[in-house]
Amino acid sequence: MSKTSYAVGEHPDLEPPASTIGVIGWLRENLFSNWWNSLLTLFGFYLIYLYLPPLVEWMFVKAVWSSPDRVPCDAEGAGACWAFIDNRFTQFMYGFYPKELYWRPNTAGLLLIALMIPLFIKSFRWKWQLGAFILLVYPFIAFVLIHGGYLGFELVETNKWGGLMLTLILSAVGIVASLPIGIVLALGRRSTMPIVKSVCVVYIEFWRGVPLITVLFMSSVMLPLFFPEGTDFDKLARAMIGIIMFQSAYMAEVVRGGLQAIPKGQYEAAASLGLTYWKSMGLIILPQALKLVIPGIVNTFIALFKDTTLVLIIGLFDLLAIIQQANSDPEWLGFDTEGYVFAGLIFWIFCFSMSRYSIALEQKLHTGHKR
Amino acid sequence: MSDNDYIIEMIDVHKWYGSFHVLKDINLKVKKGERIVICGPSGSGKSTMIRCINHLEEHQRGKIVVDGIELTEDIKQIEAIRREVGMVFQHFNLFPHLTILENLTLAPIWVKKMPRAEAEEIAMKYLERVKIPEQRDKYPGQLSGGQQQRVAIARSLCMMPKVMLFDEPTSALDPEMISEVLDVMVELAEEGMTMLCVTHEMGFAKKVADRVIFMDAGQIIEENEPEEFFSNPQNERTQLFLSQIIND
Ligand SMILES: Nc1ncnc2c1ncn2[C@@H]1O[C@H](COP(=O)(O)OP(=O)(O)OP(=O)(O)O)[C@@H](O)[C@H]1O
Ligand SMILES: [Mg+2]
Repeated sequence: MSKTSYAVGEHPDLEPPASTIGVIGWLRENLFSNWWNSLLTLFGFYLIYLYLPPLVEWMFVKAVWSSPDRVPCDAEGAGACWAFIDNRFTQFMYGFYPKELYWRPNTAGLLLIALMIPLFIKSFRWKWQLGAFILLVYPFIAFVLIHGGYLGFELVETNKWGGLMLTLILSAVGIVASLPIGIVLALGRRSTMPIVKSVCVVYIEFWRGVPLITVLFMSSVMLPLFFPEGTDFDKLARAMIGIIMFQSAYMAEVVRGGLQAIPKGQYEAAASLGLTYWKSMGLIILPQALKLVIPGIVNTFIALFKDTTLVLIIGLFDLLAIIQQANSDPEWLGFDTEGYVFAGLIFWIFCFSMSRYSIALEQKLHTGHKR
Repeated sequence: MSDNDYIIEMIDVHKWYGSFHVLKDINLKVKKGERIVICGPSGSGKSTMIRCINHLEEHQRGKIVVDGIELTEDIKQIEAIRREVGMVFQHFNLFPHLTILENLTLAPIWVKKMPRAEAEEIAMKYLERVKIPEQRDKYPGQLSGGQQQRVAIARSLCMMPKVMLFDEPTSALDPEMISEVLDVMVELAEEGMTMLCVTHEMGFAKKVADRVIFMDAGQIIEENEPEEFFSNPQNERTQLFLSQIIND
């Protein structure tokens, strides 16, 4: 070697080899990197060729989008009968809620959206206060609006509630209540106080051990036996309590996973500054632990959202139940597929949004301490 | 001498981990403004001893009195003592989800109920003293080890403690960062802060310590002024230990 020192720029930047960039490069890298991969790719294309065109044809090209009756859907070669969905749409959304009062749940929904918007604005200064308002005051407003019976609003019994509205109410209540209860249970399970600890362990293990369907069934059949004759405890409220009990046990374990991942030094640093137990949990430990388990929390939320469909066994008409009921309408027999595709699509949209939001939240909360 | 001259008194303190007797008959009295360096071989109980002072570890026998308050089971007493005693850890233990400024203002705001503006003013004063005011809006993960440890010192100082405990504050640092942390500690010592410092930085001990304490197997084996301690160690174990750390 004759030279051991080089001036900057003595090695100019060269173009990367053509085979590693551009469309060709990407194809070669990802789809045809070896003969086995190429074979799989070709097979995949073949499957798409086989199934995609008929699916598109059924769903879009030959579909019947609207019609007052089923006649066009029964025509030779007709595709999906979205007219069925179209005819029943308001019922799928609101259940048996009186038509002339749809504005009430609509107002409640729009109010919630309007209240939430400022939470996403960076410069908004009253986030804590607004959040507390949404959690503590809004539920009463929503209840008065949707349920009525107060302030001159006509009463609409919960057995008339249904469809997507009921699904959203059940899951919103479940989500909002199960997270804080789950957090308290998780802290309790890690407590050094033996009584607190065993109560939490028993609770968690009990509720995790029974299937939700049993919980719901028990809440509607068994629970009334324990109340004095004649006390009528609302069926929906019982289902809600069942769901909350059940999901908070799962949530507790997710949160506990996060708590366990926080290094001991964080607890010690917080304690050595004189923070009380609740303050060090609230300000130091939980913010970090919850951030770590966002994927697990959202996973539980998504499971909860889909599990609300089980309320159909106790005679509540959530989105899926009301679609099933419509499927058996003699006027529209034979369009189950459309009904289930529609239900699947709605559920997927909500679950997928939650999942995307969780990813966005994780990125936003990332403060670069993991390097 | 009246009792009030001592800010920390440990009298006949014993501690066990299960059946392992980790602290044996510890007697240590620290006067206001005194600077004490504690050294000794690994596992000798140095950390355990200073962590008993703010009750991060619990002693099972004997008496610990800090600033006139005796450490008991009572959580209110413990919290009162922790407000008076700052602690700096080997691994900094900054709060990674908070900015540097938030790390510093958290305890004054939530423990001392100080208004935010005042807490921030004090925080900036201490950040300037540890010479990193420009890092205020960064997160701990974006700082070097030496900078993080200086922030940790500032975080403790913001509570205006009467005593500072240091548990090997420089031993997790790369060599070139050790001096920047030691400089801050020397300055602090020169301002009259009462300090208990577990460290093997003998230069620091010679420079600032009023007393050096040598621990081995859970006991205080030797205690002396730094000059005497280093030039004329009495105990065999101390001699061996000193010869080892001076060799490397
Ligand atoms: N939580 C614990 N449970 C059981 N034994 C422990 C625990 N913590 C520490 N020990 C033991 O107590 C002894 C003293 O530990 P300590 O951390 O006080 O030592 P140290 O002098 O600080 O050592 P080092 O220089 O390595 O930090 C060691 O033998 C250690 O193994
Ligand atoms: Mg130690």
